Amino acid sequence: MTHAAATHHTSMGLDSRKMAFWAFIGSECLLFGSLISTYLVYKGRSVVGPYPHDILNIPFTSVSTFDLLMSSLMMVLALAAVQRGDMKWGKIWLFATALLGLVFLGGQVIEFTEFVHKGLTISTNLFGCTFFVLTGTHGAHVAVGVLWLLTLGTRALQGKLGPANAMTVEITGLYWHFVDVVWIVIFTVVYLIQ
Amino acid sequence: MSEPRGLKSWLTTTDHKRIGLLYFWTAFGFFLVGGLEALVIRLQLAQPNGHVVSAETYNQLFTMHGTTMVFLALMPLAASFFNYIVPLQIGARDVAFPRLNAFSYWVFLLGGLLLNASWFTGPLFHAGTLNVAPNGGWFGYANLTERQFSPGPNIDFWLLGLQVLGISSLAAGFNFIVTILNLRAPGMKMMRLPTFTWMTLVTQFIIITAFPVITVALVFLMFDRFFGTHFYLQQAGGTPLLWQHLFWLFGHPEVYILILPAMGIVSDVLPTFSRKPLFGYPVVVYSGILIGFMGWGVWSHHMFAVGLGPIADSVFAATTMLIAVPTGVKIFNWIATLWGGDIRGTTALHFAVGFIAMFIIGGLSGVSHASPPADLQQTDTYYVVAHIHYVLFGGTIMGLFAGMYYWWPKMTGRLLSEPLGKWHFWLQLVGMNLAFFPMHFIGLLGMPRRIYTYSPDLGVTDLNLISTIGAFLVGVAILVFLYNVLRTRRRGERASNDPWGGATLEWSIPSPPPVYNFSVIPTVTNRLPRWSTDRHGPIQDPPATPPAPIHVPGGSWWPMVAALGLPLMALAPLTHTLWIVFVGAAVLLFGIYRWAFEPFEV
Repeated sequence: MTHAAATHHTSMGLDSRKMAFWAFIGSECLLFGSLISTYLVYKGRSVVGPYPHDILNIPFTSVSTFDLLMSSLMMVLALAAVQRGDMKWGKIWLFATALLGLVFLGGQVIEFTEFVHKGLTISTNLFGCTFFVLTGTHGAHVAVGVLWLLTLGTRALQGKLGPANAMTVEITGLYWHFVDVVWIVIFTVVYLIQ
Repeated sequence: MSEPRGLKSWLTTTDHKRIGLLYFWTAFGFFLVGGLEALVIRLQLAQPNGHVVSAETYNQLFTMHGTTMVFLALMPLAASFFNYIVPLQIGARDVAFPRLNAFSYWVFLLGGLLLNASWFTGPLFHAGTLNVAPNGGWFGYANLTERQFSPGPNIDFWLLGLQVLGISSLAAGFNFIVTILNLRAPGMKMMRLPTFTWMTLVTQFIIITAFPVITVALVFLMFDRFFGTHFYLQQAGGTPLLWQHLFWLFGHPEVYILILPAMGIVSDVLPTFSRKPLFGYPVVVYSGILIGFMGWGVWSHHMFAVGLGPIADSVFAATTMLIAVPTGVKIFNWIATLWGGDIRGTTALHFAVGFIAMFIIGGLSGVSHASPPADLQQTDTYYVVAHIHYVLFGGTIMGLFAGMYYWWPKMTGRLLSEPLGKWHFWLQLVGMNLAFFPMHFIGLLGMPRRIYTYSPDLGVTDLNLISTIGAFLVGVAILVFLYNVLRTRRRGERASNDPWGGATLEWSIPSPPPVYNFSVIPTVTNRLPRWSTDRHGPIQDPPATPPAPIHVPGGSWWPMVAALGLPLMALAPLTHTLWIVFVGAAVLLFGIYRWAFEPFEV
């Protein structure tokens, strides 16, 4: 009755952490919006190669994209398992999500290394600048997500994550799905529409 | 339930009231630093061919004056009121995320110190001078800020400091949006929120959308300077205009981040001292929201001189003139609030009315450079300097001082001296008009901004001297305020719960409030809960002692530890030492993990 209102009752009926996260995602939209706009504004303005069509490997990145999409599915399953109190599957799906995230990051490392070998670095031309900063920022977001998922997985292994923490898993999921959606936009804008 | 004391209790505090006070004193300290920078600038310009400072130092002074005032003084002074007053106005015991709030403060303090460290750290960079302060203007136009043209650490300090400060503003933004939307007392519907709280909410939405844009602009600049990218470089096919677009896409909403809180304060002060509800409250609120949206559609008016073409110029001229409409609506609402009111001429009211008058002058000169042909005559001259100072000093600072005199008794338990307050007001009003009004003429007569001296042939010598005298008069006014503050600490009259007869909830509890704010959370049934009107009587104030024990969250070290990681990471590029970035990241992560897993029940 005299408790602070934060955890027990909220004016909008929405968990405060969840609301803060939606606001954060709104803010992130402007961050990626600025990066993607810059990529589009500078598209086709590189004065030296390699140009996008020389170097982008669409089949390879399609596999990465599929991998990230599947990780979102794992995330959904993880949340569902935690919510119904099935911590065995909760752990499995959490680690599976993190693993697919790691696979995506590995794909990005391979892609970046290959580009550098083919002569495209961050300072080669405008395509290099905008491509590496945009996809690198996205990769950093995936890395933070993986760290977060591994933390939750470890907590689950220690028995410290249960249905009472379903909101924490849900918020992690919000972040993970957002990062996934951003990739779909990047994949479309950078790889598919050349 | 007694208040914890000692240094540790301040370093670990998560109480919104203490964080509000920390914000206030830190920001006021930076305000004095920025003011001293302004006075040195005015000394240099007091006479033609001045020799007070060198051209290089002058560049650093105007850059740091602008950057300090915008990011380290005005924004955090407003944040101090967000912190202290907003939870009290909505009937809450704290903000939604008390530790995130502490984190915002520490990041702000450390970011400000990082930026100002550039005044003393020249020898560390073998610069040959003591000061390596940023020198590219507060707007930091590329490609002047590229490594090629600014090789020293000056711009690095600026771009890293601003990135750190942006994190502080963003974290506070999420916190206050959730606080205002989610922690309102029962019955405190959105259209019953005090106007200051409403304008705070709009401001936070602008902050969380505008700051990512400048972050991206700064990241591009950082990559250009450290990793050889070409984001703003012509020779690689890029364009420095990208910087201008990104900067002003942030920069114009930033103007509203600075002015909306002051408008909110004035909208609370005027009704209290007119004994009348705010005239057209919904219209004032909707105008604020409209300004928040329209603020995103006017940025290119900062770029008329670039030559964007007649279509772009016409569109941005039109939107700029249009945004004057909701602002004008507010001004008429404020005047109508005073009209026929039972006016008490307190210092707070003086500043609120001063705000209206000065802001009208600044608004009129603003509309005058909404027109591209006129703007081409005015841009980069002292006319624009006159405009921004009427808006940000005559507007924001006047509004903030209105808030200080109004809420001082609530925040400290003592009333500032009214006679001294009036001296402060009149000195500041006369001083600022002497300082800034001549700048309109100085600019139109052809004196450019950001040039460290001028020739006697320009015919602006006397006007510049008058302006300098005015600036020092403002300095005297601030000294009077500081004396008033010191005097009030010892001899100030003790404040009751409600020294002014205010309508809003912060006046229903003791001054200063107890740690838990409200002994019983009030239930609100109307927009002016503490006033009686035709339709309702005032609500009962909460009892002096809580009827049941109240849980108050303890302090935490981890927000400060996490905050320390950010300036540490910034040291890595400053010193070109890679391993420091890993140390900084480790400190940040360590702080976040301890923070996430410590027991902390709000």
